[in-house]
Amino acid sequence: MKSITKITLAILVFALVSPILTSCSNDKGCTDPVALNFDKKADKDDGSCIYPTPTPPQTSNQSSVTLQFDHQFNGASVTSANFNTIQYTNAFGNQLSISKLRYLISNVKFHRGHPHHDVVSTTGYKLIDLTVPGSTIFQINEPMSKGEYEGISFTIGFIAADNISNFYTDLNAATWNWPAMLGGGYHYMQLEGQFINSSSATVNYAFHYGTAREITATNDTIFHPNFGTADLSNTAFQFTADAAEVHLFVNIDEWFKNPNTWDLNQFSTALMPNFQAQTMMQQNAASVFVLDHVHN
Amino acid sequence: MKKPLLYTTFLILVLFYACEKDDEKVIPTPVPPPPISSSPTPAPLTIPTIFAQTLPPPLIPSNNPQTVEGVALGRKLFYDPILSGNGTQACASCHAPANAFVDTNRFSTGIDFLQGNRNAMPIFNIAWNFTDKYFWDGRALGVEGQAFGPVVNPIEMHNTWVNAVSSLQSHPTYPSLFNAAFGTTTIDSVLVTKAIAQFERTLISANSKFDRFLLGLEALTPQEASGFNLFMDQQGGDCFHCHGSGGNPLWTDNMFHNNGLDATFTDLGLGAITSNSADNGKFKTPSLRNLVFTPPYMHDGRFQTIDEVIDHYSTGVVMSSTIDPMMEYATQGGVQLTPSEKADLKAFLLSLTDNDFVVNPAFQAP
Repeated sequence: MKSITKITLAILVFALVSPILTSCSNDKGCTDPVALNFDKKADKDDGSCIYPTPTPPQTSNQSSVTLQFDHQFNGASVTSANFNTIQYTNAFGNQLSISKLRYLISNVKFHRGHPHHDVVSTTGYKLIDLTVPGSTIFQINEPMSKGEYEGISFTIGFIAADNISNFYTDLNAATWNWPAMLGGGYHYMQLEGQFINSSSATVNYAFHYGTAREITATNDTIFHPNFGTADLSNTAFQFTADAAEVHLFVNIDEWFKNPNTWDLNQFSTALMPNFQAQTMMQQNAASVFVLDHVHN
Repeated sequence: MKKPLLYTTFLILVLFYACEKDDEKVIPTPVPPPPISSSPTPAPLTIPTIFAQTLPPPLIPSNNPQTVEGVALGRKLFYDPILSGNGTQACASCHAPANAFVDTNRFSTGIDFLQGNRNAMPIFNIAWNFTDKYFWDGRALGVEGQAFGPVVNPIEMHNTWVNAVSSLQSHPTYPSLFNAAFGTTTIDSVLVTKAIAQFERTLISANSKFDRFLLGLEALTPQEASGFNLFMDQQGGDCFHCHGSGGNPLWTDNMFHNNGLDATFTDLGLGAITSNSADNGKFKTPSLRNLVFTPPYMHDGRFQTIDEVIDHYSTGVVMSSTIDPMMEYATQGGVQLTPSEKADLKAFLLSLTDNDFVVNPAFQAP
């Protein structure tokens, strides 16, 4: 009697429990985790899966733009590896070396082409220093709309409104300041090295460019902003990629060439307070930068 | 009979319950560990107003934040001769607070009475050394990197790091101080240099008369103002390209230059480190701040007085292969200042003296 009761009970228990167990592990539904109606509880697919309609990959209509500066002298590439050796000849015929090249770029503008024909201004500035790795790449803060452009322009140095004395902490740390007595603000460029002078001696030059101080015949002091302008607004290109690189040539020889042929024997040092030298630098700046190509 | 039935019913209920709750498993949120009582207290640098206005934030390595316990430990280590080979010299032996953390000897003397060929360098405002290179020749990177050198230099503290660390490890209090600062009682040279670097970064000097002038709190004398004009004038002293300005009140560019001391080089300076002959004869620009406390001058301490230094730049500059192009009057021997211009320039230079810095109680021996 007792053993029969036990067996009966065991069967009864199994009969009661097994449907619960099977119902628990045999839920039907959509078992594909990718589907919109994926059912975590389901372990048997019932063909009910619903999938999202495929959409094309998101494309941006904007490009992240960098300016990349490649330096050359009479067509020969110049990096800091080429520094300190007298190996270049300027338009006047001075043989020279380069031991430092730092300059400031700001106020970059993109000139939009068809159909807009407007000018897109950007913020930010870049101190380019050939001895600092990576500093020849200027990441533009603002993304640019993809499409056609008529060209690009920028300021060499700062326009007057931006040239605020001691304002930029990174430029202060770089000892880039321009003395207040010469108008203040910051240097625009420092190009330094040695050259062989008319007495065949090897001497230094320090081509430092910034605000120009004019002292008039009546002893008035006038500060001329004197920043340079690279106007490459007639060199059409397109931004098509999400990341676009604007490659520019920096023709260092042009600083000595056009329109003023530069004789280092006459203008080599103490050029910062030299109004004539500063004016000639500003004039020569215009042809230094050339748009090579835009890489999309 | 009744009991098994009850048991079965209960089992069934449990199974139902378990099934329904299957995908509602509650993942326990990790309980944050209780704060460790020995966790060091952050002690960010107090940035002087004049630096906040003109300079980028100080350089603090992410793996060595400033803490109360770390600075205190670094201060103790800085003044403790335990780091030297025979227990006779501390960092402070040659870097004394009264002299803006340097001594006034031409060449410092090490524990074995040996001398080198370079003048010791003062220590202040190093968290704003943005080139992060140390020593006259820039051979060390970072404050921590610098601190590795003197302990084992044979002409300085002439110890080994194994021995220095062993002395600290068996000391009655250092293991607990390292535990408080870094959470470990196991001392090594990296932690020693981290602690010393934390202390050295607190050595901030920004309260000279000229700092107060820049903040509009104090006026310069006419002579000091004239001297500052000469400092900034390319037709005067032409000092600003390497030695800062009102925009860079560190009074150094922290770069390396040949300032026309010698026609040929007995000490190659930076060139010996870079193996680039174009760097021969170049040495780090020292700050002009506090220079009244830090004679003698130049990397080899060749000039005893500020007047001798001004005379050098005025008429003593000699040409050499690597002379800096910013030594614009080098071919004429210097900037040719008159006696009154020299006096004015010196008056300006002395306005860079921070008298509070050298007596700051937080910087003295603990």
